[in-house]
This record gives sequence, C-alpha cells and structure tokens, in this order.
Amino acid sequence: MSTPKTLYDKIWNDHLVSENEDGTSIIYIDRHLVHEVTSPQAFEGLKIANRSVRKPNFTLATADHNIPTTNRDEGISDPESKLQVDTLEENCKEHAITFLSMSDKRQGIVHIIGPEQGFTQPGMTIVCGDSHTSTHGAFGALAWGIGTSEVEHVLATQTLVQTKAKNMQINIQGELPLGVTAKDIVLKIIQTIGTAGGTGYVIEYTGDAIKSLTMEGRMTVCNMSIEAGARAGLISPDEKTIEYLKGRPFSPAENEYQSASDYWLSLASDDGAAYDKTVNIDASDIIPQVTWGTSPEDVVSIDGLVPNPEDESDETKKKSMIRALEYMGLVPNTPLKEVKVDKVFIGSCTNGRIEDLRAASKIAKDRKVADHVNAIIVPGSGLVKQQAEEEGLDKIFIESGFEWREPGCSMCLAMNADKLKPQERCASTSNRNFEGRQGRGGRTHLMSPAMAAAAAINGKLSDSREI
Amino acid sequence: MEKFKKIESNAIPLPMVNVDTDMIIPKQFLKTIKRTGLGKNLFYELRYDEKDAPIDSFVLNQDKYKDSQILITGKNFGCGSSREHAPWSILDYGIKCIIASSFADIFYNNCFKNGILPIKLDESEVTKLQKAAENSLSFTIDLENQKIAYFDKNINHEVSFELDKAKKTSLLEGLDDIGLTLAKVNHISDFENKQKSRTPWLYSQQIK
Repeated sequence: MSTPKTLYDKIWNDHLVSENEDGTSIIYIDRHLVHEVTSPQAFEGLKIANRSVRKPNFTLATADHNIPTTNRDEGISDPESKLQVDTLEENCKEHAITFLSMSDKRQGIVHIIGPEQGFTQPGMTIVCGDSHTSTHGAFGALAWGIGTSEVEHVLATQTLVQTKAKNMQINIQGELPLGVTAKDIVLKIIQTIGTAGGTGYVIEYTGDAIKSLTMEGRMTVCNMSIEAGARAGLISPDEKTIEYLKGRPFSPAENEYQSASDYWLSLASDDGAAYDKTVNIDASDIIPQVTWGTSPEDVVSIDGLVPNPEDESDETKKKSMIRALEYMGLVPNTPLKEVKVDKVFIGSCTNGRIEDLRAASKIAKDRKVADHVNAIIVPGSGLVKQQAEEEGLDKIFIESGFEWREPGCSMCLAMNADKLKPQERCASTSNRNFEGRQGRGGRTHLMSPAMAAAAAINGKLSDSREI
Repeated sequence: MEKFKKIESNAIPLPMVNVDTDMIIPKQFLKTIKRTGLGKNLFYELRYDEKDAPIDSFVLNQDKYKDSQILITGKNFGCGSSREHAPWSILDYGIKCIIASSFADIFYNNCFKNGILPIKLDESEVTKLQKAAENSLSFTIDLENQKIAYFDKNINHEVSFELDKAKKTSLLEGLDDIGLTLAKVNHISDFENKQKSRTPWLYSQQIK
C-alpha cells in the first residue's frame, strides 16, 4: 500500500509539470482570477516582452477593489481608479479574457464570484494577485495569493515555479456553541498560532466543527489563513462541496459531474497521513471573538477586557501593545462591551456572502441602528445582492437604518470612497485591522456579521447572543 | 531584472514587528498602472503627517539614512496583502536589502522578483545589527559569499546567512523567470494533454 497522503500532497502531485535542477518545481495553474489593482503591470510586462496569454479561457477578470458602492450609473469619478479599471477592461479585450464589468450583475469581489460561478472546483490550483485567494481552499482547491510578477508568469505560462510548503493540520474538535460562527473560529485560530504561525505552511482545517460548517462558513475560515501567515488553507471536499457546485455556470456538465465528484472525494486526506505540525482547538470553548488591536492576532472574547501591556513580559510585544492601544484609543482593562463604535461595515471577501447577510439581518430585524452609528452593508457580488433582495433582506436593513450598497471590496481596504475618518471606530466583518487599513487613523475591530450588526444596534461592541 | 551586486551602505534601523504591506505602501498609491515612482510614498503614514509634512522623528526622514540601501527591521516583515507595490516602493526608494528575523511568505517571494535581497537571521543577531545601524555604521552585503560585514570598535564583524540556491542564482544573474519557464514549454504542453485525459471537465467547461 502507498504512503497515506494529505489533500495538499495529492493536489501538488497532480499539478507537477516538472522538477527543476535547483529543487524548485513547475506547478500547473488551473484557474487564474484577475482584478484591476495587481494586474496592469503584469499585462504591461507581457507587452514589453512580446508574450501572449497562454490560456485566456482559464482566466477570469473583474473589477472589485476600486469601484464605487453608490451611484453606479454615474461611473467612476476618481480618475486614477477609472484608469485602472479601464486598463483592465482593455487588457482583457486584447487577450480575449472574460471580464465581468461593473454593469454585469455577476460582478463582485473575485473571491466571492469564483465559487459562485463554479469557477472554483476541488482539486484545482487557483491563483490571484490577492492574498485572500486562500478563500477557495474551502473547496479543497489549492489556492494562494501571488504578486504581480507571478501574475505575469501565470498569464504567460499557466504555471508557477514553486517550492513545496510544509503542511499544518488545525483540528477543530467538538461542537460549536449556539451563536458562535466560522469567523469566531478563525479569529480564535489566529489568536492561538499568531500572525506568523502559519508562515511556510499550507494549513488544512479538519475536525467535526469544520465539517459541520456550510461551504460559506468554510470560505470564511480559509479566507483568513493568510492572516495566520499561511498562503493557503484547505478543507477536504465532501458531499456539501459536491452539492454546492451542482448546476453552477462553470461547474462540470451533468454527464461529467459523477466522475468529477468521484475524483474530488478521492482527494480528501488519507487516514494516517502525516502533517509537519498539528494544532488542536476545542470548538466548545469558543465564544464570539473581537479584535482589540492593530494585528489580526490581537483577539479577545467579547466578554473580556482590553488587555494590559503591564501583564506582558516580552518587551517587544509590550511596546507594540502600547502602540496599538494608543492608536486604537483604548484604555487597558476596559470591558470590550463598553467600547462605543461610530461605523459598522458588513461585507468583504471574508463575510460578504448571502449567509452573512442573513445572519446580520436576523439581528437587525425590528431593531434600529443606534443614532450615532453609520452602518453600511456591501454585498460581495451582484448575485448576492440580488438574492438578498429576493429574500427581502435589503428592506430589513434599510428599515433598521443600514445603508444598502452596491458590491465590491469597499471599506475592507478603503481604496474607494468608503473609508473611516481619523479616530473613527468601526465594527467590521473584514479581515485586517492594520493601522490605516480602513482609512488613515481609523480604528478597526474585526468580528462576525451577527456581532457587527449587534454593535450597530447597541452603538457599542456587543455580544450578538444577548440580543 | 538587474543583477544583484555587492552593497556597501549604512542601514536604516526600523525595530518594529509585523510591519504590514499597508504600512509599507498605503492603498491610495495602489491606483497606479506603473511599477515606478512609489519610493516617495514608502511608509507614507509613518513618514508624513496629515498635512503631508515629513515627520522629523521617523527614521527615513533623518539625513544620515537618506542614501541607505539596507533596512533592518522586526519579525514577520511584509505581512498582509500580496501587493507587489510594497517591494516596488522599497526598491524605488533605493533599498536593495532587508534584514529581519522573519518575513511573510508572499512579500519574501516578491522581493526576489524585483532584485531585492531579504535576509533572515536569528533575532539576537538582528538586534545586534540594529544597534550597529543606529550608530550609522557601514555594512557590506556580499550575496556571492552569503556574508554581512561591518566594522565596529576596531573589530571586523562577519555574519553569514542562509539562502535557497535557486533564489540566490536568480538574484545574482538577474534571471528572467518567465523566459526560463517558457524554455520548458514542451513539458507544459505534455502536462496539459495528460491532465485533459485524466480530468477532462477542466477543459470542457471553459469560460465563455
């Protein structure tokens, strides 16, 4: 019998084009997602070297980072943003790449539309010039973020030169308590292993609590693998994966679906497969989590206190805690539930899917956003928006006092007009609480959609289970 | 890509941990469609106040580090977004070598694509080099022999560093990665044919 293999081993082996003399390998890339921010210089590089795109039809492009979430019919008013989006459109036209424009209802955040369109499938290698490409790992696809030079490399060759990473298993055992979500799991993981804990690894998430998540919840977990330092996160494909992909526009056709499904199921990690490292976390211990600082590892439970740097023995850590608390305008030992918020952002590739909006709407229904709070909902794609409107979620949000926006990356990275002013505090369902991430001087607290909605209603950080 | 040559320069000390790519180059500068011109905005929010005036206390604004080609910083440097604008801005500023105890994976990889040498050393070693950098000592970075050298209190210090062989060659020779891969295009075509028969749906369900 052959040695038991992990999901990562199997995908790696199935994509090995050749091994170079220097120990690196050429890995085939099945699908490539492209957006406006990290691609113009790659296309320019192709032009300079007189190279073409090897597989235009394995490539899908859209604009998401730069686009407005209001008054779409007026186009993009910022001339730089407009130039970037127009440049992408022209490059796609020139190289015969499918481009979902701002007016296409399928447009949205790359990591939302990939799975939604069935472009993302188990066993694939998927890359994008965006670190949250790890999202697609929820399907058992090996998916990772790359820089622009590698975007150019993939466009020209449909391959990348890689060295195999180490493999870490994060096992979430037991049952998740009621009202605790995928976002809380992943924040807990990042708190546990730290933002550099996954550096050099591909993480595979296993255990009953992971298996019990929906595909959307699994995407939330894999999405933030990069915040734990890992370029890719993986979950073994199962019946839920097969069910989710059935009938999507780019999913395998009916006559091929059975053989595709059989292959997908065969990719699951074998019993007894060896990992370089295993971390165990008990799901039943997790309660809703929020971040207090300026690194995604600065995580506490909602019933906790703002930590005190005096309790930290490591000098470097203590210094960065003091800096973070000053930036965040927080006093040590303050109960988290007493921290007032000014803004609420529900959306992003982490939490901009239909289930996220449903969870937020349950909290919002028949309640009002606090007077001093400005809360916005930005669906992850045009199709998510349409689905939410069919379910009447938009009405619930609007009645409650939320703004209902057009799809895009929006205030997750604040490249468009949606941003925090200095010292404004935001309850956000996005993935990064870095200094200045949501606008210069802006203060970000990361949390789940239900928790962000609860913060909007109460006007301060709150435990969504108590609403 | 330019070949990596021996560096002789003082080094900028930036003893911060988890410096993310948003900090290296904030989002408002990602709207460019060029690789060049980003150096003036490197570390923008640490370097300039809200009225765009230089913040004197920030290390990049100190005259003695104006022409430094080396940055010495804390662990997990370059975490966060995959934006290659981060190494582009660093290179455009004139920095060709970064020393830290660890780097985030994507950033580390992006450095080599742009002729920047990221050097990983033990934390204790980085702390020593930080001190030397604060005293504005001159360092020699010799990639060929994988050595950092500096002269302090009449003593010659030498620190060796490890580096993957393929990455070293790529920097020293300024190789065109894409050209190298395209030289093996037959392997790629063979792979595609094999994959097409093994998992045909990957080829039949193409985007229209």
